[in-house]
Amino acid sequence: MCSLEKRGNLFILILTGQNGEHRLNPNLFSSIISALSRAKAESTRGSALVTVSHGKFFCNGFDLDWVNAAGSDEETQQRFNLLLDNLKQLVLAFISLPMPTIAAVNGHAAAGGVVLALCHDYVLMRRHRSVLYMIDLDLGIKIPEPFMALFRAKISGSARRDLLLRGLKIKGEEALKMGIVEAVYDGEEEVTNAGIKMADDLAKRNWHGEVYAEIRKGLYSELCDILGIASIPIATPRL
Amino acid sequence: MCSLEKRGNLFILTLTGKNVEHRLNPEVLISIISALSRAKAKSTRGSALVTVSHGKFFCNGFDLDWVNATGSKQEAQQRFDYSLDCLTQLVQAFISLPMPTVAAVNGHAAAAGVVIPLCHDYVVMRRDRGVLYVNDLEMGLKIPELYMAFFRAKTSGWALRDLVLRGLKIKGEELLKMGIVDAVYDGEEGVTNAGMKMADDLARRKWDGEVYAEIRKGLYSEFCGMLGIASKAIGTPKL
Repeated sequence: MCSLEKRGNLFILILTGQNGEHRLNPNLFSSIISALSRAKAESTRGSALVTVSHGKFFCNGFDLDWVNAAGSDEETQQRFNLLLDNLKQLVLAFISLPMPTIAAVNGHAAAGGVVLALCHDYVLMRRHRSVLYMIDLDLGIKIPEPFMALFRAKISGSARRDLLLRGLKIKGEEALKMGIVEAVYDGEEEVTNAGIKMADDLAKRNWHGEVYAEIRKGLYSELCDILGIASIPIATPRL
Repeated sequence: MCSLEKRGNLFILTLTGKNVEHRLNPEVLISIISALSRAKAKSTRGSALVTVSHGKFFCNGFDLDWVNATGSKQEAQQRFDYSLDCLTQLVQAFISLPMPTVAAVNGHAAAAGVVIPLCHDYVVMRRDRGVLYVNDLEMGLKIPELYMAFFRAKTSGWALRDLVLRGLKIKGEELLKMGIVDAVYDGEEGVTNAGMKMADDLARRKWDGEVYAEIRKGLYSEFCGMLGIASKAIGTPKL
């Protein structure tokens, strides 16, 4: 599933889950969303969150074994739709989190796993042994609207096309050039430590979490409209 | 306040504002709007405008001394809101101006001061001095929806995030990489001359000013939509 550790001002969300692929199923979703709620409840000025993982995969997408273990075609579709709904909730929770967020991508991320990485404010990645792979086109699955809106907000031009429409397994250096990741590192320990350090540096800025979240939502205006997240007016500015 | 000079087809707007920081208050903003009206009234095919400034600052934001020189917090808020309204009118005036516009940024621009260069079609900046600093997050202030829409029109993805969500003082070279400025030059004379030359080159294209303004508004469609500045239908196109 996942665990949430608090280290000073930092929240460290560690993806665990079955099989080392950290596949997204209702249990993992609910565990992550729960962890984010706890982080939000315990947040103060100068909080930050970093999401880490260990092993070959960051997150290899939806748990299709669980989806396909349904009794009927209809139930299979229902299970898949449930995972889509859960992913929407996850995106919502990350985008509303009142603190800077960083994903330290130690390994491969595919489909829903790419969405998970990209709902963080900053993505750090391993230079080798790690690809971002929007496998949807290769599997013949459409990418639903709220997630398209997320990609449109984060990435533009040919980078967006290359991520979504080209069936590419994008390595760290390429993702860096495409403006998808902030920096690349050699080794799992290096990227994890870099994630923690970056979270720490951002936490030291001591920003107001509520203001941070509101400005962040402005980066995702289309997505917020689709998800029905209105901006909240913040009280009289201190002049 | 400001001064407007005509040199051939070029309108040269010199920002002085209040004090060496060229701060903005309603009087300054209204005087700039006035200057733009005069430029508009005298415009012809092949006009262009370049905005220049001198010294350490381009524009360091609102005149907070004036805002705070009142009896109550409520009155201070009113003065702030009034300044913001005047700024919005100025942005509209720039966006509707029937000629290409270039900002030659000689020094620092912060807070509301960042909006001024960004409402020009082109921004050239000093390489060796000057930063753009959107400091709302640092001040614990939410960026108004309208201005988030304005920033979204100018940049996107990681560059938008770095501009508004990171409390960064961003130098010319970095802004160039972010696609927010078009070119960087050494020295105040260097950037001022480059701005004038660019405006001159654009003026030589002899574009129909009304058409230019209408196409430009389309680049700010979300922002214009929020302000209710509809595009006008231009007469039958010559095909």
